[in-house]
Amino acid sequence: MANAKAKVDAVIVGMGWTGAILAKELTDAGLHVVVLERGADRDTQPDFAYPKVVDELEGSVHRRYLQSLGQETVTVRHNLTSTAVPYRQMGSFKPGTGVGGAGSHWSGCHFRALPEDFKLRSNVEQRYGKSFIPSDMSIQDFPVSYEDLEPHFDHFEYVCGTSGKAGIILGAKQAGGNPFEGSRSREFPLGPNPNYLGAEMFYGAAREMGWDPYPIPASNASAPYVNPYGCQMGPCNACGFCSDYGCLNYSKASPNISILPVLRQRKNFELRTHAQVLKVNLDSDGKKATGVTYLDAQGREVEQQADLVLLCAFSLYNVHLMLLSGIGKPYDPQTGQGTIGRNYSYQNLNRVVLFFDKNVQANQFIGIGGAGTTMDNLNGNQLDNGKAGFVGGGIIWARQPGAGPVRGINVPPGTPNWGTAWKQAASDSFRHSFYFEVQGACMSYQQHYLSLDPTYKDAFGRPLLRMTFDWHDNEVKASQFLVSKAMEMSKILNPTALAGDAKKPGEHYNITKYQSTHTCGGAIMGSDPKTSALNRYLQSWDVHNVFAIGANAFPQNNGYNPTGMVGALAYWSAKAIREQYLKNPGPLVQA
Amino acid sequence: MSDDDAIPARREFLRKSLTLIPVVTLASTGLGAQAFAQTPGDKPAAAAVPMPAGDYTPSFFTPQEWAFVVAACDRLIPADHVGPGAVELGVPEFLDRHLQTPYANGAIWYMQGPFIEAPAEFGYQGRLNLRELIRIGIKAMDASCQKQFAGKVFAELSHGDQETLLKAAEGGKLELDGISSKTFFSNLLNEVRNGYFADPSYGGNKHMGAWKMIGYPGMRADYMDWITVRDKPYPLPPVDLSGKRG
Repeated sequence: MANAKAKVDAVIVGMGWTGAILAKELTDAGLHVVVLERGADRDTQPDFAYPKVVDELEGSVHRRYLQSLGQETVTVRHNLTSTAVPYRQMGSFKPGTGVGGAGSHWSGCHFRALPEDFKLRSNVEQRYGKSFIPSDMSIQDFPVSYEDLEPHFDHFEYVCGTSGKAGIILGAKQAGGNPFEGSRSREFPLGPNPNYLGAEMFYGAAREMGWDPYPIPASNASAPYVNPYGCQMGPCNACGFCSDYGCLNYSKASPNISILPVLRQRKNFELRTHAQVLKVNLDSDGKKATGVTYLDAQGREVEQQADLVLLCAFSLYNVHLMLLSGIGKPYDPQTGQGTIGRNYSYQNLNRVVLFFDKNVQANQFIGIGGAGTTMDNLNGNQLDNGKAGFVGGGIIWARQPGAGPVRGINVPPGTPNWGTAWKQAASDSFRHSFYFEVQGACMSYQQHYLSLDPTYKDAFGRPLLRMTFDWHDNEVKASQFLVSKAMEMSKILNPTALAGDAKKPGEHYNITKYQSTHTCGGAIMGSDPKTSALNRYLQSWDVHNVFAIGANAFPQNNGYNPTGMVGALAYWSAKAIREQYLKNPGPLVQA
Repeated sequence: MSDDDAIPARREFLRKSLTLIPVVTLASTGLGAQAFAQTPGDKPAAAAVPMPAGDYTPSFFTPQEWAFVVAACDRLIPADHVGPGAVELGVPEFLDRHLQTPYANGAIWYMQGPFIEAPAEFGYQGRLNLRELIRIGIKAMDASCQKQFAGKVFAELSHGDQETLLKAAEGGKLELDGISSKTFFSNLLNEVRNGYFADPSYGGNKHMGAWKMIGYPGMRADYMDWITVRDKPYPLPPVDLSGKRG
C-alpha cells in the first residue's frame, strides 16, 4: 500500500444524511472520525446560491447535483434468466453524490413508518392468514418496533425542522393530523406549510371520499427555526427548486445545513472529498474490518485503518461495497442461502394529472418540496387487504415540489408531442394543471435481489451492482386499486381532463422514467442471521465492526418516503454504538 | 400543422424570413447557392426556411446539418398563433452550443460496452453519445430524404413532407442507415424542447419568449406571497438568470 493514513477510531463512507448523523454522534462521544465522500464538497454558499442553482438545464438535464453514471452505475434485469444491461442514463431513480448526498437534492417529505409497518409479515398473517402472502414474497418483520424508534423519529424531526401537524400525541388524538399514525411524544417542531391550490382541493375531495386528509410532514421550514444543534433555517419561499436541487434559502433540511455546520468546527472530525472508497478491508479470518481502501482525488490508492467502519453511502452502494468486500455471504435466489443482496425492494409510484381551465390558478412553478396534503385511509391497517387483494397499502397525496418547463409540462392525454397542438396544450396546461400521486408500498420477493454483475465494470474496474427487479402481480394490483381511488377522488374536482398511469397486468419495470429514488433493501436488518445481513442495530452479523446504515436495511418498503425512517435508524444505530459497542466491541446481538 | 401558414402572424413571419434568405441564410448556413438553385424558387410547396434569431454562426454543425436543424426546429415548434417558434427563439443556436458540452459528449452517461439490444423498458443502450446521435441521425435522415425525394435533403422538402417524415421517425417507422429513427427523433425533440425552454443564456428562448407564452415566471424563485392566491393569475413577467425582465 503506497499510502497509509494513521489509524482512526471510525471511518465513515459517504457524507449524506446517515454519514452526518453518525459523524455527529460519534464525535460527540469523543471519537476521531474520518468521512470519505466520493463527490465534491458542497454548501449553500457557493454551490446552491441564487441564481446559479435555479437553472433547470444544469439541475435537471446536466444533473449537476446528482451522481454521474459515467463513473458508477448499476445494471438491471427483470428476471433471473435474462442478461442485465446498464442503467446508462438517469431515469427511474436518482442517487446523489457530493457532500449532502441525496439529502441535499431530496424534496423534504419526512414521514414516520406506521407501527404496523414494523411487523408487516406477522400482521398480515394474523389478519388474513399465512396463505394470503404469495409464496415468493419474502417480507419480514423489522427487528425493531415503532416504540423503539419513536425517540429517534422525534429527534430527527427536530434536527430537520419538520413542518406538520401531529395526529396523535401521547395517545391523544389531535385535530388536523393523521388519526392513524403512531403516537408521538410531542408536536412537530414547526406548523404545516401553506397550501397551494392542489393541496387545498385535495382536502375537499378527500373529505368527500370519507377520508382523513392531513398535511404531509415536510422538512421545508414553514417559519424561522433553530435546531437542537444550533443550526438555523429560514422559512421556505416556495421557489420551486427542491427535487434535483440544493436549497438556496436554508429552508430544506439537509446534512449540509442541519448538521455539518457543527461538524465542520470539530477537531475530531475530518472530511475528505473526492475519496472513492473501493472496498472494506478485512483481517485474515474475515471476521473484523481493518479499514477501507480508497482512491484520492488524483487516483492514488490510500488505505485508511479504523476500528469501526460505517457504510453510509446511498443504499445501493452500501450493498455494493459489502459484496465487493466479502462481508457476509452473497444471496443466492435459487437456494435462498446467503444474505447480501436479499430483499431488494422499491416504491410503487403512480401519478394522476388533473387539467383545468384558465380560471384555475394552479401555478405549478410554485413549490415547497415536501409539503402538500395526504391521507392514510388506504395505508396500514386502514386498508382491508383481504378485500383489496394485495399485500401493502399506500398513500395518495397532492404534492407540488415545483415545476418548470425543462422538467416537463403535463399535457392532456392524446396531445401530440410536437407542433402547434402540443404548443397549445402546453400553454393551456402549464399554469392550470396539477397532479396527485399514489405512493404505494413495494414488497420484497425471493427473485428480486442485488448481486455483482458478471460483465459490466465501473470506472475503477469493479463489477457493477446488478439489480434483478420487476413489477410483481401484487404491486400491479396495488397500483390499479390505488390509482382507481385517486381517479375517483379527482373526478369530484371536475377537471377538464384527467390522466392516470396505473400499472397494467404484465407491465415491466421501466428504468427510463423517473419514479422514485426510494431503492430499499439488499442488506436488510432482521432477527435471524440466515435471512438478514444486519442485526437490529444495523451491525453486520458477519463482521461486527461494520455497520451498514440506510434504506438498505428495510426488509421491504412501505407507502412512505424513507428518509424519516432512515434518519431514525441512524440515530438508533449510533446510540447502540455509543452505549454498547464502544464499551464492549463485538456482536451486539448473539446469533 | 402546415395549415398554420394561413395564419396572418405566421405568414408575416415567413414573409420576413423569406425576404432575408438571400442575404443571411445562405451566408450563415453556407448551404451554398447550388443547394437552393436546385429548388425551383417558384414552387409553392417548397419549404420556407425561416431565419434563425440573431447573427449566430454555427461552430458545431456543418452547413447541411444546420439547414436540417433549422428546418426540423421549425416543424417541431413552429411559429404560430400560440406563440413564437423554435427558430426565431434561437433553438438552433442552443443545439449548436449544447452539443459541444461535456453532457453531449456522454459525461454523465454510462458509455461502456458491451452494447446489447434490450427491451424499451431499459432505455437507450447504444454506443453513441448525444452529439453523435444527433449528427449521425441528421446525416442518415438527409440520406433517406435524398433517396426518396430525388436528391433533395430534408431542409428542401415541403412542410407537409417534412412533417410526414418526422412523424414516421417518431414512430420508428423510418428506416435509417445505422441508427434507429425513433432514438434519433426522441433525442432531437428532447433537445429542441430543452433549448426552447431553458434560460436564454444557453442560446434559445430569446427574450424569454417561450416562458412568456406559457406564463412561466422564470428564475424568480420566490413565491411566498402567492402560494394561497386563487382569484387572479400570477402577475409578474419572467426574469432570467442574468436578471433581465421579460
